[in-house]
Parts: sequence; structure tokens; C-alpha cells
Amino acid sequence: MSDAAIAIEALRFAWPGHPPALDIDSFTMARGERLFLRGPSGSGKSTLLGLIAGVLQPAAGRIEVLGRDMSALSAAARDRVRADHLGVIFQMFNLVPYLSVTGNVTLPLLFSPVRRKTVGDDAEGEARRLLDRLGLSDPGLLNRRVSDLSVGQQQRVAAARALIGGPDIVIADEPTSALDSDARDRFIELLSEEAARTGAALLFVSHDRSLASHFSRAVDLGEINHAQVAA
Amino acid sequence: MRALLSLAWKSLLNRKGSVLLTLFAVALSVALFVGVDKARTGAREGFGNTISGTDLIIGAPTGSINLLLYSVFRMGNATAEISWPTYEKLAARDDIAWTVPISLGDSHRGFRVLGTNHSYFEHYKYGHNEPLRMAEGKEFDDLFDAVIGADVARELGYTVGTEIVLSHGLGSDFGSGHENRPFRVSGILAPTGTPVDRTVHVSLEAITAIHVGWESGAKNPMSDSISTETIRSFNLTPKSITAVFAGLRQKGTILRTRREINTNKGEPLMAIIPGQALAELWSVTAMAERALMAVSIFVIAVGVVSILTSILTSLNERRREMSILRAVGARPGHIFGLLTLEAGLIGFFGASLGIVIVHVLIAIAGPLVSERYGISLGGTGPGLFDLGVLGAVTLASLLAGAVPAWAAFRRSLADGLSVRL
Ligand SMILES: Nc1ncnc2c1ncn2[C@@H]1O[C@H](COP(=O)(O)OP(=O)(O)OP(=O)(O)O)[C@@H](O)[C@H]1O
Ligand SMILES: [Mg+2]
Repeated sequence: MSDAAIAIEALRFAWPGHPPALDIDSFTMARGERLFLRGPSGSGKSTLLGLIAGVLQPAAGRIEVLGRDMSALSAAARDRVRADHLGVIFQMFNLVPYLSVTGNVTLPLLFSPVRRKTVGDDAEGEARRLLDRLGLSDPGLLNRRVSDLSVGQQQRVAAARALIGGPDIVIADEPTSALDSDARDRFIELLSEEAARTGAALLFVSHDRSLASHFSRAVDLGEINHAQVAA
Repeated sequence: MRALLSLAWKSLLNRKGSVLLTLFAVALSVALFVGVDKARTGAREGFGNTISGTDLIIGAPTGSINLLLYSVFRMGNATAEISWPTYEKLAARDDIAWTVPISLGDSHRGFRVLGTNHSYFEHYKYGHNEPLRMAEGKEFDDLFDAVIGADVARELGYTVGTEIVLSHGLGSDFGSGHENRPFRVSGILAPTGTPVDRTVHVSLEAITAIHVGWESGAKNPMSDSISTETIRSFNLTPKSITAVFAGLRQKGTILRTRREINTNKGEPLMAIIPGQALAELWSVTAMAERALMAVSIFVIAVGVVSILTSILTSLNERRREMSILRAVGARPGHIFGLLTLEAGLIGFFGASLGIVIVHVLIAIAGPLVSERYGISLGGTGPGLFDLGVLGAVTLASLLAGAVPAWAAFRRSLADGLSVRL
């Protein structure tokens, strides 16, 4: 099973003081796969991503990320796996307001020697190359405060950040729900292309089932999750 | 660590406004504390440096602090004097090597006049046993010669040869007495940083001479008719003096000598050891000093708490930022470190600014203070004490930062990646 990017078995999770939010028998995602995970609001998508990213700990079951059993690792080791091998894109407000555009893109390198090494000495240059490929080449744009960028631009900066240093898995939690349909399609295209180019597996989460066509495989969280969700 | 420091730094720059306010609060509180301490140590050093080499100061019985203050620091007044024969007996004692008689009571444009003799210039020492040095001219020679301190010369623009008129008592207004007996500046002393700089020195005989006609305590209208030449022919040996500085032949006898003088048969006397009297003075002021230091430490505490508050209140709007940092691989420890570092940076730069403020103020106001009060405010630039304050405030700020840092740490564990805004 160690050839899988993500492998989940008999996973159970509940927020403290709440009924179980997740109860998943089995879920796998292959390395390099581009997978669409669909589910209505409140169905536990973000919660699942938190578990995969090692920020949350399951009550029971197994989560393997790149062959490592996350629940068997120490908190620090889980943080290390995330730093070295994962890129995360949120729905919005992805950027640290006090960092420049390139500062935001290179942020993961601060916490991961592995990715620092992959990128080499010219982190700024690599950031600009990534931004360029994602359609942010205007030098004037790079000097703007990140809070002055449009939401679509912010999301592309976040994508560049998730991709820098060649992580094995990119997790995108509804990254397009604040974008109009043109920008959304363009964003998904660029993100898929870049993930394919770097060989990263892409786990794309959304409640919008129309996006499934962009991906090679789609999974409905409602179908694999047996927990009674209040939503 | 470097990465976190640079993050912390950028985060602070991003909140310049509120951070600067907090930083100023810390700076002012530190400035108050350091300033109070500078004034305190400056006063102590200034006082401690004023007299050295004098074993005993002898005067009429009074409080020992009082005797010290009026004889050395020209503060306050003697309530009684020592008669000349008693002084002569003191000077003749076997265990006393030298004496300097001094007579106070007159003034010149706000500066005290001190009557003494040549032994003053020989035996009065200040600082680390430094003797008085003549910067210009020479010691008084003629009856109406005066030797002025450096500040007197500088402030009044006097040079050797300038004619000056003394006034009776300590009022600074002219025409209150001795204008009929003008003096001539014969010498100017080099600066000492002590009250000597603000003193006009004349001979004891001169003091007697200008008071001819004042025997009743007020000026006899007839006295102006006595010519200066006539006065020169009088016996001008003083009837009494204000105090005596004395040096012993052997330091070992100091306690016995003092006791003998204090129990003098005949005219009652009091002898004090300058260092001891000074210590007594400090023990009186220590309470006030401690209270002042305590208050300023509390003010610093308020400053440090304001750091805590400013970071704590920013925490909610930074929740998103924390989860972004977590998502890119930051450990909860990084979040904790980031916030404590921010607090530490505010504390460090606030304290630095406060110390700079104090030293700039000292550089500006120091000369004025030392002129007015003879206190030098440690104008030697930042020292070990300042460094200690800087370290302590930075440390306290780091500790204060641990409170919001802990809150953020806990929250980042509970939040996961999804922050509900
Ligand atoms: N930090 C938290 N503490 C307690 N309960 C939480 C927390 N985060 C999420 N939940 C609960 O867990 C359940 C799943 O939430 P989650 O955010 O995973 O859903 P989602 O599928 O991502 O929804 P959306 O599409 O709205 O983002 C919800 O019932 C939610 O209220
Ligand atoms: Mg969600």
C-alpha cells in the first residue's frame, strides 16, 4: 500500500463534544493522481483534509500518507510530513498579510529543509517561475500587498505556494468557490497542469459536482463516510 | 529561529501603528526607570566625590547631616559657630595634622562666599583625592582678593582682575551690604564638578573686614565712614568660624579623636566623619528612592502588560494567519515562538528606545543639572546597568508574550486547518 499517496482504513473522528463527523472504511489515492472529492457543506471535507494533513488526530483507524502511518507518528513528525510533502490551498484568505507575494510563495521553505534543498539557492526565482506559469508574471503585481490582489490572484499565489519545492501531495479545500466560473476553470486547469508537471498528487475538494469533469476520478464523501452528519 | 524572527519582524511592521504605540509605552516606562536610577546614582556619586581626604568635619553641635550639608555642599545654614580660640585649640591638637577653617554666610549674586585660609587650597580634596587647581591667577594674597570657582567665572563672565561686591547673607540682590568693600578676582579655580565651582573664596580676615560695622547683626550707618585703609590696620582675626575640616596624623585615631572632640570641655563641639554622615544621608533618602524605584518598576510592568494586551487582542484577527502557518508546516511550537518573539522584539526595541531617550535627555539637560545641582548624571553613555535593564525588560516581554502565545498554541491545536471566521 506504500505506493499510495493517501490510504485510509477504518477511520473514525469526532470533534470534542460532538457526534462522529467521519467514519470511513477505506479510501485511497494513488501517487500522482488527480482526484476530486465532493461533498455538501458540513459533510466533513475540511475535517478529513485536516486529518490527512496531520493537524487532527483520528479517534481510531489508520491514515497513511506516502506510506507513513500518521496516527503512529508523533505530533512533531506529522508536522514534518506536512511541511515536507504537502501543499495546502484554502477556500480563501490563503495569504499571510505581512508577507510579500514571493514571501508567501516561499513560506513553506521556512519550515521544510527538504523542500529548501529541492528548490536550491534561488527560492525567489523559483517562486517567480511558478507564479509566471500560473499567469502572474506582471512585476507590478509582485510588489503589491497581498491583500490588494484580487481573490483569483490570491488563489494562484496560494497554488504557487502549495507547489513550491515539489511536494508529493497538493490538498485544495474549495479553492475556487470564491471565483467566477471563467476564473474557476482557468484556475483548475493551471493547478492540474502544474501538479502534473511536478508529479504531485492533487486532492481537490469541493461541494460543486460540476467541477468533477476536470479530474480523472471523483469520489463522493457522502458515499464513503458512514457517520451521521448533521448537515 | 532566524526564519521566525524575520516573520515576527514583518508581522510587527505590518501592524506599525499599534505596535509603535505599545513600543512607546514601554520606552517611556523604561526611560522613567533608567532616569530615576541615573539621577539617584548621579546624586550619590556627585555627593561622594565632593569631599575626600578630610577625616573629620567639626562644627557647633547640630545634626551630622546638617553639618555635612552646610559645610561641604553649601546647603542650608549653620545655626551656631565655633569661637576662634576653640579653633586654635583644635588646630593645636597632637592627633590633628592639618585644619582648614571655613566661614560661611555671605554671598555674591547667588554664589556662596567662603572665608578660609591658604590651607584650604592645600588640603581640600575632591574625587579621588584630587587637589584644587588654579586655572588662572593665584590664591588670594591681598585682604580684598577673591578666588572664584569655575562656574562663577563662566556664568558671570569674570576674569582675573574683575571687581566684585559681596552681599550680606544669602540674598542675591545687590546693594544689600558690602558694596563699600569691593573685592578683586585674583584667581579662578579649575572645574571640579563639586560645589567648589560655585563658591567665591576669600580670606577669613576679609570676612571680618567686610563685617566691620555689622557687629550688631545689621549694618551700622556709620560703618561706611571707616576707610578701607583704616580697616587694614585693624586686627582682623575672626572671632568665630563656621566649621573646620581636619586631617589626622594617623587614621587609626579617628574614633577616639572624634569622641574627644564631641565631649570637649568648654565650648560644645561636634565632629563628623564625612563618609559616615553621607551614608546616614543616603539611609534617609533610601526610603524615598526605594519607593520611587518601586513605582517606576510598576510602570515598566504596565508597559510590559500593554505588550501582552496588544498581542492578545490581535490574536483573533490573526487566527487565519496561524492556520496558514500550520498548513505550510509550522509546528504549534513555531506559533508559540512567533508570538513570544514579537513580544520580545517590542520589549527589546521599546527598552532600547527608552534608554536612548534617557541618554539623549542627559546629553541635553545634563550640563544644566550639573550646573544647578552639582550632580553629574553619569554622562558616560549607556553602561552595564542599561544593558541589564534592556535584558530584563526583553526577558519580561518574552515571558509576557508567552501568555498570548500559549493561547494561540492551544487554539492552533484545536482549530485544525479549517478556521471558522
Ligand atoms: N473546529 C471545530 N470544532 C468543532 N466542530 C467542528 C470544527 N470544525 C468543523 N466542525 C464540525 O464538523 C463538521 C464537518 O465540518 P467540515 O468543516 O469538515 O465540513 P465541510 O465539508 O468542510 O463543510 P464546508 O463545505 O462548509 O467547508 C461540521 O458539523 C462542523 O460543524
Ligand atoms: Mg470545508
